[in-house]
Amino acid sequence: MQEPVLILMKDIDTPNLTTIDVYEKTLGGYQSLKKLFQTPPEEIVEMVKASGLRGRGGAGFPTGLKWSFLAKDVFPRYLCCNADESEPGTCKDRELLMKNPHLLIEGMIICSYACKINTAYNYMRGEFAELADIFDKAVEEAYARGYLGKNIMGSGFDLDIHSHLGAGAYICGEESALLTSLEGCRGEPRLKPPFPAVEGLYSKPTVVNNVETLCAVPYIFNNGPEAYAAIGTEKSKGTKMVSVSGHVNKPGNYEVPMGTPTREIIDKWAGGMRNGNKLKAFIPGGSSVPILPADKADVPYDYESLMEAGSMLGSGALIVMDETVNVVEETLRLAYFYMHESCGKCTPCREGTRWMHQILSEIIHKQGKPNQVELLNDICDNMAFKCFCPLGDAAVGPVASSIQYFREDYEALIESLKTADAVG
Amino acid sequence: MFVFTDEAEKKIEKIMAKYPPERKKSAILPLLHLAQDQEGYVTPEAMVEVGRRLDVSPAYVEGVVTFYTMYFTKPVGRNVIRFCHNISCKLNRSDELMQYTAKKLGIQIGETTPDKRFTLLKEECLAACSEAPMMMVNKTYHVNLNETKIDQILETYK
Ligand SMILES: NC(=O)C1=CN([C@@H]2O[C@H](COP(=O)(O)OP(=O)(O)OC[C@H]3O[C@@H](n4cnc5c(N)ncnc54)[C@H](O)[C@@H]3O)[C@@H](O)[C@H]2O)C=CC1
Ligand SMILES: Cc1cc2nc3c(=O)[nH]c(=O)nc-3n(C[C@H](O)[C@H](O)[C@H](O)COP(=O)(O)O)c2cc1C
Ligand code: SF4
Ligand code: FES
Repeated sequence: MQEPVLILMKDIDTPNLTTIDVYEKTLGGYQSLKKLFQTPPEEIVEMVKASGLRGRGGAGFPTGLKWSFLAKDVFPRYLCCNADESEPGTCKDRELLMKNPHLLIEGMIICSYACKINTAYNYMRGEFAELADIFDKAVEEAYARGYLGKNIMGSGFDLDIHSHLGAGAYICGEESALLTSLEGCRGEPRLKPPFPAVEGLYSKPTVVNNVETLCAVPYIFNNGPEAYAAIGTEKSKGTKMVSVSGHVNKPGNYEVPMGTPTREIIDKWAGGMRNGNKLKAFIPGGSSVPILPADKADVPYDYESLMEAGSMLGSGALIVMDETVNVVEETLRLAYFYMHESCGKCTPCREGTRWMHQILSEIIHKQGKPNQVELLNDICDNMAFKCFCPLGDAAVGPVASSIQYFREDYEALIESLKTADAVG
Repeated sequence: MFVFTDEAEKKIEKIMAKYPPERKKSAILPLLHLAQDQEGYVTPEAMVEVGRRLDVSPAYVEGVVTFYTMYFTKPVGRNVIRFCHNISCKLNRSDELMQYTAKKLGIQIGETTPDKRFTLLKEECLAACSEAPMMMVNKTYHVNLNETKIDQILETYK
């Protein structure tokens, strides 16, 4: 077993870590800047490639590769940090922003220098207003030390970082919708490609990265890509912050090496199941990924293994459900969420999420008809890969998997409907 | 007519400096937040004023306002409670606690108390799932809730 290395959550509970003095003393923060400006930008992109770091926002796209895809010789370029964190179950970016904003700023500086970017935005969900105050204060401190602004540490490199608050819309976490929203529009997604790396904010080349992704960059730069790549599995490198929630004794964010068995995260890190109850189901990567049954809990927590097990690592939110749960009820809540958050731009998602919700409600309220499970499956088929953006596919994930693995929970409800009919 | 306060004007100056001058429309969400902070909701007059500053029509501003769930277009209570009912909170009794809160305030979910002290809203995941159940009151998160804690928290909002 690998010795756990903490990269993102190292000393995260140090008092006043949000202040620059404590950050510099405790974590050796901003050390990277001494070497940074002596390193050619291209070399840093290569380092990040070599580290194997992949996007922590959910899709797991290789970060260095994305940086190298920026349209050549087109300027200005932008960096947008994605701090919209809205995927049900996910609360890691919030902890990083709340407790260690300077780590993010340092990551944003390294990324901007490597990608020749002079303006960076941190797009935070609107509900993070108090976190935005913490972030703004940290940015101000970084300006005062000369780590931001014009001619940073005499290097000739300029960088401004600005915070930007959204106003409540899950879809604005999708990168193209985020950019549309930042441009001052309704947050509807755009067609991809072109990817933001080619045509992003204000139609200029733009890097969009998740908070956790950017927070891993200072470690990679300071310790070398090999040190990062030494952690984890062959294809999933480094550590992952896992947001554990639901029926466990110690819910929380835990940073584990990629490849840690899911059961170990539940039993060892999160203190095991609550009230001595048995594990029934778990969602490994946030509400958008398929639900898995307890007998799959030995699956190593990494991109490939979770995919093989029929789900996804997604945003790293492990939602744990015990035997007291009827999975259909939880699925209904998620179906409500996707119906509520569908932006309405395309028909399969706008209509499909409503139908799903309606049918699931009927089943739960025991007004269901026996063929409704098939009808649900049919809706899933008609939505999957037919929606304009991945939100529609995400809505399919929990419904289709709950039918696949927990059919008995549906049948229990439809069975009781039959009995009710017989009695009534 | 809607007029931003002097304090808001100072903030607006900083906000406008964040975006390229030819892209000032980018300031629409921050300006709407300021307008809402000032009046409790986004009034039609505020939409006209925000549109005037950013060179877009009031109808455009309204289109943006209605897309995002945080903006109110009607008056709400002095304190707005957003109770998370999404999956991690639901697994931790959020439905029961939300009903408890509603009963305590003597209103239904979605309503405002007659004295205008509280509005109670059902909310989607607020990214505090490992500290479920949780609610947000105005801009502050309150986590790991139970009945006693809710009683104490509500007391602090007048
Ligand atoms: N963190 C959260 O709160 C949430 C996360 N998600 C996750 O988001 C994921 C989907 O995200 P998407 O951005 O739609 O995935 P995607 O696969 O389209 O893109 C992933 C990243 O790689 C970049 N990319 C991909 N191909 C590229 C190319 N050829 N050139 C340049 N850049 C390229 C994209 O621009 C993007 O930044 C889902 O898997 C889900 O797990 C979904 C909902 C919420
Ligand atoms: C509906 C939807 C919501 C998303 N929400 C977020 C989010 O809140 N935070 C995030 O970082 N990525 C989110 N993503 C993924 C982004 O589109 C994008 O892949 C990510 O920000 C890229 O950063 P990364 O490569 O560092 O992961 C979402 C995607 C979809 C389809
Ligand atoms: S899939 Fe849903 S969220 Fe995405 S564009 Fe279509 S309606 Fe909007
Ligand atoms: S589910 Fe309630 S905060 Fe995430």
